[in-house]
Amino acid sequence: MEKLVCETTVEVKNADGLHMRPAMQLVDVASRFECDISVSNNENTVDGKSIMQVSMLAAGCGTRVKIKAEGQDAQEALDALRELVEDRHFDEPTPKSVKREA
Amino acid sequence: MEIKKGIAVSPGISIAKSLVIDAEDYRIPRRSIQPSQRLTEIQRVKNAFTGAIDELTEFEAAQDQSTSSKIKDIFAVHSRFLHDRILRKKMTDLVHSQLVTAEYAVSATMREIASHFTKVKDAYISERAADIYDIERRLLKQLLGKRREDVERLTEEVAVVARELSPTQTAGFNRVFVKGLATDAGGRTSHTAIVARSLGIPAVVALEDLTETIRAGDTVIIDGNRGIVIINPDEQTIGQYQEYSREFLELEHKLDAIREKPAITRDGTKITLLGNIEFPDEAEIVLQKGGEGIGLYRTEFLYLNRDTEPTEQDHYEAYAETVSVFKKRPVIIRTVDLGADKYTQRKRFAPEPNPFLGLRSIRFCLQNLMMFKTQLHAILRASVLGQVKVMFPLITNLQEMMQAKFILRDVMEDLDEESIPYNRDIEIGIMIETPSAALTAFTLARDIDFFSLGTNDLVQYTLAVDRGNELVSTLYSAADPAVLRLIRTVIQDAYKAQIDVSICGEMASEPEYIMLLLGLGVRTMSITSPMIPEIKQIIRSVTMEDCNSVARKILSMNTERQISSYLRNAVRKILPEAF
Repeated sequence: MEKLVCETTVEVKNADGLHMRPAMQLVDVASRFECDISVSNNENTVDGKSIMQVSMLAAGCGTRVKIKAEGQDAQEALDALRELVEDRHFDEPTPKSVKREA
Repeated sequence: MEIKKGIAVSPGISIAKSLVIDAEDYRIPRRSIQPSQRLTEIQRVKNAFTGAIDELTEFEAAQDQSTSSKIKDIFAVHSRFLHDRILRKKMTDLVHSQLVTAEYAVSATMREIASHFTKVKDAYISERAADIYDIERRLLKQLLGKRREDVERLTEEVAVVARELSPTQTAGFNRVFVKGLATDAGGRTSHTAIVARSLGIPAVVALEDLTETIRAGDTVIIDGNRGIVIINPDEQTIGQYQEYSREFLELEHKLDAIREKPAITRDGTKITLLGNIEFPDEAEIVLQKGGEGIGLYRTEFLYLNRDTEPTEQDHYEAYAETVSVFKKRPVIIRTVDLGADKYTQRKRFAPEPNPFLGLRSIRFCLQNLMMFKTQLHAILRASVLGQVKVMFPLITNLQEMMQAKFILRDVMEDLDEESIPYNRDIEIGIMIETPSAALTAFTLARDIDFFSLGTNDLVQYTLAVDRGNELVSTLYSAADPAVLRLIRTVIQDAYKAQIDVSICGEMASEPEYIMLLLGLGVRTMSITSPMIPEIKQIIRSVTMEDCNSVARKILSMNTERQISSYLRNAVRKILPEAF
């Protein structure tokens, strides 16, 4: 069976960036899938299922992150991750909403 | 083969495999292992993860609804790290490729990650380094805690090597298998030294970087007579040391032969030799070595090495066991001396910036009356079993002494109400171990039955020197003129008030001080049991006339250097066989 490879680029939108708790959410979502998932910023590519590596990317707000998935459920994985990062922005406030609150 | 020089603090020779133990709050040094130990260390890394996960799960389960979601998130993050296979593999790979211990692999990996975070510009993210240190502690606790258990559950003879040993660590030693001690830090009166002497095992301290040089499992010779430690000795050296060890034991045996003989000077002055103990089962050793009672029964062991506070019955049983060994001979129980160097590491004893000048010893007891009364209750209850005396440590003024006595009376009334028998006339003493107590000894003597000079603390407080700090430990000396003047004052004031005075510090176990102390008027000494035969031998070879002249001469000297060189040379002339 042919291996499915999918790729997408997302932007970190929450104000505090990809700190520990968001990294945990990302790893939790990634770990639900069979496929291999890698996450990269401009400099490094890391394993999307390792909280150590994902948190070490230290991607701040506005960073564009490339997510690559390889395996049967690659597409589902990417959709779920995009939803987490771009739509739900890790259930955290974005800089805009912070301003509005203030 | 590598030879390292330190300070000899407890005599004897041991040849054994090393067991290296660390403390959680120290930076773990890089330490190598033999290739054959790779699998064991890798398994230890894995076990540390499993153990830390179990502990965290238990901890999370104990949280309730009220725990904030922020705190729950922190635990959740820690848990993800502990489940991170890549993280674990990074550590096991380090063990495999660099041949380092599990502790080092964990510590080095976590610190590398933490330093990565601290370099990140985003402040919010860089603060996450704290989480990484927390996770490091969780893992190290597993590894080091297990090591402590290792020391308790030994199956072969080992020499324990550490940066510094805490009372909590030594309290758990399995004494059948721990054959020697060697530490990086410490001085003659450090906790390690005291424990080693009371256990009668050789020890060398102040070895600086021994823990970084030695590998766990290396064969090590600890020469507690010359202050030398030899790592991986060759066959020839081992042979020499086995021979040397035999000769040393023969000499010890010879000294044991004078056990039944009294400690009397050649001109007929009787000296009373008592033993210092920490654990009840040491009482038997004191008796074997010829001690006539217990002059200092340290009771801190009851509080260390356990999670809960000891009950009154725990206290009573420990005291009853010791008193039963000595029957009608004196047993002086010192009330608990916790705090400062005996810091219990339990959370409720919050760290103090300057613990030696802080809430320690009798001060701690006077602020924790429930705990203090529990101990006094047990001491009084044990007082009918033999000749029990009670002694308060670290008294600094009359008020404190009266307060402690008042509380003892209070507990006596409780016992009256409970109709429990006790010795109403129990002798009450205090330790003189602060300059303020020594300078007011004349006043204190009027309201107390006996004094015991605790020279370790008296020297430290008089000279303002931390005895465990290698940078200044050479300034720590009982031969300082200031210390000797205080000792003389205390003895004279005790004589004037006609109360007993004894000495229970390390000074009384040092052969070169014996003539001086006798000359100053000391007639009762309480010392670590292995030293009893040697000190008795010295007492039996001197005359009071010689001792008095040594004391007179020394009191006219003005510098520590002059005094210690006089003690070394002149006393050696009078007593060539003792040195």
